[in-house]
Amino acid sequence: MTAPAFRIDRTDRDGSVRLAFSGRFESTALAPLWSELRSEMLGSGGPFVFDLTGASAMDGGSMALLLGLKVELESARLRVEVVGATGGVSRLLAILGNAPPKPTLKGPPGRIGILDQIGQFAALIGSRFAENLTYIGDVTASAARAIVKPSTFNGRDLGRLVERTGADGLPIVLLINLLVGVTLGIQGAIQLEQYGGNIYIADLVGIVVTRSIGPLMTAIIVAGRSGAAFAAELGTMKVSEEVDAIRTIGLDPVGFLVLPRVLALCIAVPLLALFADVAGVFGGMIVGITSLDLSPDNYLDRTRIALELRHVGTGLVKSLFFGLAIAVIACRRGLATQGGAEGVGRSTTSAVVTIIFWVVVLEAIFTSLFQVFGV
Amino acid sequence: MIRVKDLAIGYGTRVLMQGLEFEVPRGDVFVILGGSGCGKSTLLRNLVGLERPLRGTIDIEGVTHFAEVGAPPRFGVMFQSGGLFGSMTLWENVALPLQTWTALEPQAIDVVVRSKLKIVGLDGYENHLPNEISGGMKKRAGIARALALDPPLLFLDEPSAGLDPISAVELDETIVTLNESLGMTTVIVTHELQSIFKIARNCIMLDREAKGIIARGDPRQLRDHSTDPRVLRFFNRQSTRSGAA
Repeated sequence: MTAPAFRIDRTDRDGSVRLAFSGRFESTALAPLWSELRSEMLGSGGPFVFDLTGASAMDGGSMALLLGLKVELESARLRVEVVGATGGVSRLLAILGNAPPKPTLKGPPGRIGILDQIGQFAALIGSRFAENLTYIGDVTASAARAIVKPSTFNGRDLGRLVERTGADGLPIVLLINLLVGVTLGIQGAIQLEQYGGNIYIADLVGIVVTRSIGPLMTAIIVAGRSGAAFAAELGTMKVSEEVDAIRTIGLDPVGFLVLPRVLALCIAVPLLALFADVAGVFGGMIVGITSLDLSPDNYLDRTRIALELRHVGTGLVKSLFFGLAIAVIACRRGLATQGGAEGVGRSTTSAVVTIIFWVVVLEAIFTSLFQVFGV
Repeated sequence: MIRVKDLAIGYGTRVLMQGLEFEVPRGDVFVILGGSGCGKSTLLRNLVGLERPLRGTIDIEGVTHFAEVGAPPRFGVMFQSGGLFGSMTLWENVALPLQTWTALEPQAIDVVVRSKLKIVGLDGYENHLPNEISGGMKKRAGIARALALDPPLLFLDEPSAGLDPISAVELDETIVTLNESLGMTTVIVTHELQSIFKIARNCIMLDREAKGIIARGDPRQLRDHSTDPRVLRFFNRQSTRSGAA
């Protein structure tokens, strides 16, 4: 380590302490000595004279440390005089030393305890409920306007959105539902084999996949892909004032941004669910062939007998509502984004969690309703 | 000292500027100017190491490879929007480089951070978050963070763009004061004429069509004595569509 390019010499005379600073001062070199110097000065009686005659240069950090010490000594009612500064040191002293430090205008951000958080959350629920109702009203009104006057609908993005949310997500939907079909098949096979009902594996997988699991898994995948993307996209637009810009040119952000996304998912999710049904059935068939000695023809014949249009239809109805819920919730979370990058992250997380919650709730509601009405 | 030799910049195969050669002497206030979209900010991103040059070398104090992650920065950079971390207070934004790269005690860091905020006129705003202050204040806070480690070299991207005239003048004065009192070399990208004449000692003017430097020197001299119609149009704020040269 090189020796510092500065010196600080102390002279005590007639009860006063004179510190002569000489050389070039850099905060990185001064820092290790600063606490020692500070303790020494606070332990001395003063008054003090800081003589900067020999200081050829000082960086901002060194001057800040020097003046910080001065303020500290003065607050201990000790007199401090800074003398002899010339050139750049004098100019820096003028910037930093002339005015007394201003008080901090605001306290540091307080730590929020768990009880405070619970209280704040409870207080938020009411206002959020009202805001969400207003938003759903806006979406409904925009949809009604678009039906009455189709020219108000922003259809330019629709094709791209359907492709992005549907076709681009198809491989992962197929793969996940194939694996779900395999899992269902294995679990079912273990039970059915005990009763000699191997062939009924096709009924089990076919009906469960088309009525519930296929649409549900598809909705969860779409929530993770497209729901998160919508929330992040609209959240970024909100924080970069693009949403405000849409408003200022006389457009309704809900109609312009939300409706195309809602329609896109109402088209894409049922279509994806259909493919998911096929993949799930195929997964079950793989298990039937490999574990239960069924032939592909047997399996498919049995599936044709077991599956009715109403099974596939109920799944598609659910998918339509899942798509609607995913788009409406994701866009709501995106448009409610506040703050910067952190706010976008919060909205995205919140969108995915809320969507999954509501998708499961809808699944339970529809399953119960279909059961009650014998569909 | 910055020395740029035979520099070509751009993205992929798209060359924005080529054959750039210039030097920035130590202690200078050097302005890179030119019209919108001519490549000023791209040149700055190359100078600070955020982009790799397509060709040529950038030598800063004898070192050509300077964009190192995991090493203390050798210069300060202020981005056009301030580039502040939104989840941190102004104090935390300025303290971060000091906490990362110095052995200063917490009390000393507090003293230094407050002094940096004072230099840019933001004393009192230590506990404000970036979204609680104006655009001009964000830029000044960005400068305070760039100054945290007392770098010998400061890069500023469009410091006064988008500010009201008073905030712009105050920011210009801060830049001049910093240069005079700390002897800091300052490289500024701007197209704000008032700022250019107030703060710049030397400049280069870039031109999109020429894909290079079309003028260099003291901006006041260029304004008063240049015969290049492109330079005169820029300084006299003339439209290219007006036909006036």
